[in-house]
Amino acid sequence: MAQFLLQRLTISLLVAVTVSIIGFSLLRLSGDLAAELAGEDATAEEIAQVAKSYGLDRPFHIQYLDWVGKALQGDLGRSLFTNEPVLELITTRLPVTVQLATYSLILALLVALPLGVLAAMKQNTWIDRLALSIAVFGQAIPSFWFALLMILFFGVILRWLPISGTDTWRHFIMPTITLSTFAMPQFMRLTRTGMLDVLESDFIRTARAKGLSPMIVLWKHALRNAVLPVVSLAAVAFGFLIGGSFIVESIFAVNGVGFLALESIIRQDFPVVQSIVVFISFVYIVLTLLSDLINAQLDPRIRLN
Amino acid sequence: MAPQDQAASQTANGFTAEEFEVEAPSPREVMRRRAKRHFGLIIGGSVVSITIVCAVFAPLIAPFDPFEQDLTRRLINPVWGEGGTWAHPLGTDGFGRDLLSRLIFGARISLTIGFFAASIAAVVGSIIGMIGGYFGGRVDAVVMYLINCKLALPPILVALSVVSVFGGTIPVLIAVLAALFWDRYAVVTRSVTQQIRNQDFIAAAQAAGCSKSRIILSEVLPNLTNQIIVIASLEMAVAILVEAVLSFFGLGVQPPTPSWGLMVSEGRDFMFFKPYLITIPGLAIFILVIAINMMGDGVRDITAPEGRN
Repeated sequence: MAQFLLQRLTISLLVAVTVSIIGFSLLRLSGDLAAELAGEDATAEEIAQVAKSYGLDRPFHIQYLDWVGKALQGDLGRSLFTNEPVLELITTRLPVTVQLATYSLILALLVALPLGVLAAMKQNTWIDRLALSIAVFGQAIPSFWFALLMILFFGVILRWLPISGTDTWRHFIMPTITLSTFAMPQFMRLTRTGMLDVLESDFIRTARAKGLSPMIVLWKHALRNAVLPVVSLAAVAFGFLIGGSFIVESIFAVNGVGFLALESIIRQDFPVVQSIVVFISFVYIVLTLLSDLINAQLDPRIRLN
Repeated sequence: MAPQDQAASQTANGFTAEEFEVEAPSPREVMRRRAKRHFGLIIGGSVVSITIVCAVFAPLIAPFDPFEQDLTRRLINPVWGEGGTWAHPLGTDGFGRDLLSRLIFGARISLTIGFFAASIAAVVGSIIGMIGGYFGGRVDAVVMYLINCKLALPPILVALSVVSVFGGTIPVLIAVLAALFWDRYAVVTRSVTQQIRNQDFIAAAQAAGCSKSRIILSEVLPNLTNQIIVIASLEMAVAILVEAVLSFFGLGVQPPTPSWGLMVSEGRDFMFFKPYLITIPGLAIFILVIAINMMGDGVRDITAPEGRN
């Protein structure tokens, strides 16, 4: 187990370093950042001045190391647009994104698990086909369009729900539904295939043959094994939901990290963009590591391999 | 190859040669028979074919120039709405441009970007995956590391950032989407290559002195083509969706080019009193993506070994 842990940690660390380099270089690929910052009519001298004051005249790797060094001390730089510290910008907006991602994850699981189990038990019936159709539907619908349709239908025509903001729990209903359609199909398919595999396995046949009631076979024997991969996917999907929430956030005016990222990309506010990209990647790396460890803990075959 | 040979020899055990002919149709024949009965494949394939025809012959099919503005004919409802006319079956947008014509030309954007992004990603991802799966060891560790790095980055945010820097031209979009969606090919080709690496026909090729690149390309690759085609169709659907997202947020295809995502975004200003401006282009994306998914699932079903679902 110690060896497995060490191996996974090393890989995660390597990936984290690489991703931070990619994130850092993202907006510096554009060429002359200093010229852009200085404005259109800037003279060569002014550009050089700007480059110097932002430290852009130094070699790339020095700039990167400087950025990492400061980041490790909690200084992610300041927004070029509002001049606020980036760390503060992210931390004040993070809770609402996490809240939204959590609700969406729960909703996706609440729909996907029962549907997946039911589809597997009634394989090749209309229930199965319905469940798979719902999955295809969820995968194919453009989420920005789905969000707009819901605004039209529930917000404007029926007037049931508020269409923007996060003031009450009712404000969260449409964003949560939109975001959860993103993750639901994967969970459903995974539950279904996991359940199908388990139902075909020898220990289930034994359990049935010795005359256990179908309900006990399902709940005590099959479900527990079928749901394992879904649990580890859920950890990973949470990272994806945070990374993908900007679509929903911008349409429903949810003032979260995703919305901040989108605004900053449009404004070319590179300290904010690179920090958010790297931050979301780190969330994903940590969650993947956790899910690997949980899996290894639950399934000895993984950690002994 | 090997599983089919096994199946054939098992069947051959109990039957005479003539019966064998009847009992075991060629794999191609099996595929053809399955395809004819596969509802999803037929529907999905038809919708995709119609879209391709629209895209290729857009200038011949479209009733109007998709760029031509006519401010005297702004916001005409579709033919089923109030004041709709058959001259503009799907109505006109805020600049008086014919929506049907823009929709037909928009198919070009979606299909071009989706097809090239998925194909380039297929080549890159499959090569990476096969190399990792075939060589194993340190090479495989590097491949896994690359896949992990790719998975850690939030794809659409990275795409938005890169496109915001390099501009939303079609080549940039294709390159960015291909760079962001090669991982699924790599994961699948890697694990299948690992499974077939130790089989006899690979050992035979090695014994015959084939070079490694030749073994990978002419022994391993043919066993992966079905999987690659299936993933490519699903990834093409994803690429089309992401292109729509980028264009919707103003960072993808630039106006006045008719992209379906951009059309939804342009219609947003009018959505409360002219909802058709967002429902129609969005529906086009949705239908095309569903059709491609159905086609991909269909290809998987008809090429799967017997007895699979």
